[in-house]
Amino acid sequence: MELSEVKVVDVHKPQITNKHRFIGFALIALTVFILSNSVDEWRAFQGATVAVYVVAIASIILLTGYSGQISLGHGALLAVGAYSAAIAQINFQLPILLCFVVAVITTSLFGALLGAAAARLSGPYLAGTTLALAVGLPSIANQFSFLGGEQGISFDVGWPPLSFGEDFTQYKWFFWIATLAALISMWWVQNILRSRYGRTWRAVKTNEVAAELAGINIGRSKVLAFTVSSGIAGLAGALLAMTTNNVSPSVFPLALSFSLATGAVLSGVNTLGGVIIGSVALVAIPEIASLVADRWSGSESVATLLPDLIVSALLILTVFLAPKGPIEKLRSRHVK
Amino acid sequence: MLKIENLTVDHGAIRALHGVSFNVEIGQLAAVIGANGAGKTTLLRTLSGLNKASAGQAHWGEHNVLHTKPEKLVREGISHVSEGKSVIPELTVSENLELGSLWRRNRKESERTKGEVLELFPRLGERFSQRADTLSGGERQMLAIGRSIMSKPKLLLLDEPSLGLAPLVVEQIFHSIRELTTSMGLTVLLVEQNAMGALKIADIGIVLNLGSIAATGSAAALKDDPAVRAAYLGF
Amino acid sequence: MFQFINTLLIGITAGSIYALMAIAIVLVWRSTRVINFAQGGLALASSFVGASILEKTGSFWIALPIAMLAGALFSAFIEFFFLRPLLKRSGDKGEEIFLPIIATLGLLGIIKAVLNFIYGDRVGVIAPPLSDKGFIVSGESIALSPMRLLILGTVFLLMVVLTLIFQRTNLGLSLRASSFAPEISRLAGVRVDVIRTVGWAISGAAGATAGILQTTNGSGSITPESFEFSLLLVFGFVAAVIGGIESLVGAVLGGLTLGIILAIILMYVGGSLVFFAAFLILILVLLLRPHGIIGSKGGRRA
Repeated sequence: MELSEVKVVDVHKPQITNKHRFIGFALIALTVFILSNSVDEWRAFQGATVAVYVVAIASIILLTGYSGQISLGHGALLAVGAYSAAIAQINFQLPILLCFVVAVITTSLFGALLGAAAARLSGPYLAGTTLALAVGLPSIANQFSFLGGEQGISFDVGWPPLSFGEDFTQYKWFFWIATLAALISMWWVQNILRSRYGRTWRAVKTNEVAAELAGINIGRSKVLAFTVSSGIAGLAGALLAMTTNNVSPSVFPLALSFSLATGAVLSGVNTLGGVIIGSVALVAIPEIASLVADRWSGSESVATLLPDLIVSALLILTVFLAPKGPIEKLRSRHVK
Repeated sequence: MLKIENLTVDHGAIRALHGVSFNVEIGQLAAVIGANGAGKTTLLRTLSGLNKASAGQAHWGEHNVLHTKPEKLVREGISHVSEGKSVIPELTVSENLELGSLWRRNRKESERTKGEVLELFPRLGERFSQRADTLSGGERQMLAIGRSIMSKPKLLLLDEPSLGLAPLVVEQIFHSIRELTTSMGLTVLLVEQNAMGALKIADIGIVLNLGSIAATGSAAALKDDPAVRAAYLGF
Repeated sequence: MFQFINTLLIGITAGSIYALMAIAIVLVWRSTRVINFAQGGLALASSFVGASILEKTGSFWIALPIAMLAGALFSAFIEFFFLRPLLKRSGDKGEEIFLPIIATLGLLGIIKAVLNFIYGDRVGVIAPPLSDKGFIVSGESIALSPMRLLILGTVFLLMVVLTLIFQRTNLGLSLRASSFAPEISRLAGVRVDVIRTVGWAISGAAGATAGILQTTNGSGSITPESFEFSLLLVFGFVAAVIGGIESLVGAVLGGLTLGIILAIILMYVGGSLVFFAAFLILILVLLLRPHGIIGSKGGRRA
């Protein structure tokens, strides 16, 4: 029985048609447009960062939530995307759009390799391996000078087009690009997740033996998930390189991978719908925390540690109280 | 005495036992027979504390058996040999036996029990220092039962000890199980698919069907009951 | 020639510390089927305790045991208050292994934050109690110093003690049985819950020792952000997997192997590739011999 012949009807969700989705996306685009015109540089930067996180967390949701493969090393994948984009620009002088494409393709290829190796691993072994990757991969850059060593290299998408006017700032430009990239990739990811590939991933995750009996090639499915997830992560990496304008090992520490995994859990790792929650949380919490710390104690140390503390605490709370993510939790409350 | 009243156990949405009631006197060997899925294993697992009961009562003497942790029930004299040869393959025969008596304080007493076990199952003595995964199926079953005896139980719960064993070995095992009640004075609840073999050595029989009691009575009577024979003994 | 011997010595020393961390990881894995990423943080916290005691008493020989005790207590505390409720909510299914692991990451974050709060910018100093100077052999200084000997000796001693506990005592039997077959052990009357906590406590003590030895072998000081502890965790994990994550002997062999290989790479190739090398080694082992050096096929119950 071919899985694609089975129409999977999700009992809980009302049927969301493409039209609905398009309207939703358009609304988001409109909101961002309005916001971008009314906020300052810093906020624009934060907005761009949120968009970056959306893409990155979506890639984790795809891999872990749908395909059931843990990754604690997505930071390394972002690094691959960032470095490829930067090198494409610096060494090959490719136009910016092509640099992004190069980032996606390179990281996808890397992901395919990684996936081939990872397909045989599960659970803690996969977790530990991706962890080792997160620590191991970015540090390579220190060894090879064409990767810029510790200083890193830069990825410069250039100034906004003159036709946008003189007031159009750099960060607003980043915000626009990042949001556009996020919208396009989210649309595409949603399509994939709703397609038979997404259903196959779910099937394998739920019960490998049954999926295999139904004729699904487990290895291929897993590798495909890794490939797609990596491609998207590569895009996020290139976007990150754009917003920070610097690509070096220190931009991709272990903490980044942890943050992304945390963001995925906060969003609800099982479905794409909550991806905004985690992304906003990752950006907003440090901001809120420093405000709180300022008002409260004014102590430097409290200000630096509060964001991590809050994020970690939220993570633990989410795992305990809403393991399937806040959206599922609200939904199940509603159903009850 | 083992007194079970209205025992009801659920596995999630599925009801495995529907208000089961029966008694077993001290020193009796009770055979619990029935088809697959009848609830026999669930019954034993509930009595040993691995499963939670949804309703009903179960008492061993004055001890309330339900809602108690397995480790505690062992100390109250209940020992459960679960389905599928519950030995630990990576440990030696000696260690497997030791495991059963770890909770007991008295070393000398434990040594004496070990002697009794080795008398009952001499083969275990021959393989004393070998890893349990080198044992044959029948030997593993002996080891499992031996380990449970090391806990100095008064009530022994055996889940399908004959499973997967050759007929000759099954006979040996059943013979040994009978010994447990006659010479060691244990009370035994024996769950079996091998209904004939079980009823032959048992004092009383309990027939479970789809989670409810279909028949109880003396083992001899059940053995000769045409309805039971047709349904469970195959002739 | 000397350089090679020195490399080996450096590798064995570092490797023995990784082995200790690997033992800590294996102990936790065998008793709860969870990889506790917070173990790096626990080792860090215990090391800070050690540093404080060292500051107050000036004696390494008092600081180390107390740090080990702290590690044991912290670890037991986490098992009891954090892990048990967590395990109750998750199952054995694929995605649900993810959550406890992620939760331990959250725990790591909290531990770091707490350490940052308590220690802030202060640096914990754990100076090596014995001389760091290499012995002179044939007129050349080799990479074997009294301190190095101490590290090797400590790890060796702990290994022997642990092996004795596991193989010769009732506690050890309970620990092994509970990790191989918790249900059967419960039916045999073993208090598996308590045993599990003890297993974690031992793991915490091992981790604390690894943390302290790592510090003395390295920079001699620690801060809440010390990268060395992430490193210890990752290398400890790699060592555990290489050795076959089910066995303690494997953890030791894995640690030594990893230490030697990494030392060789450090010496002859380049420092920045060390982490990537660890990753490569890990992936190669998992692909070619997933049961590790010691593990047997099918022995791994993941």
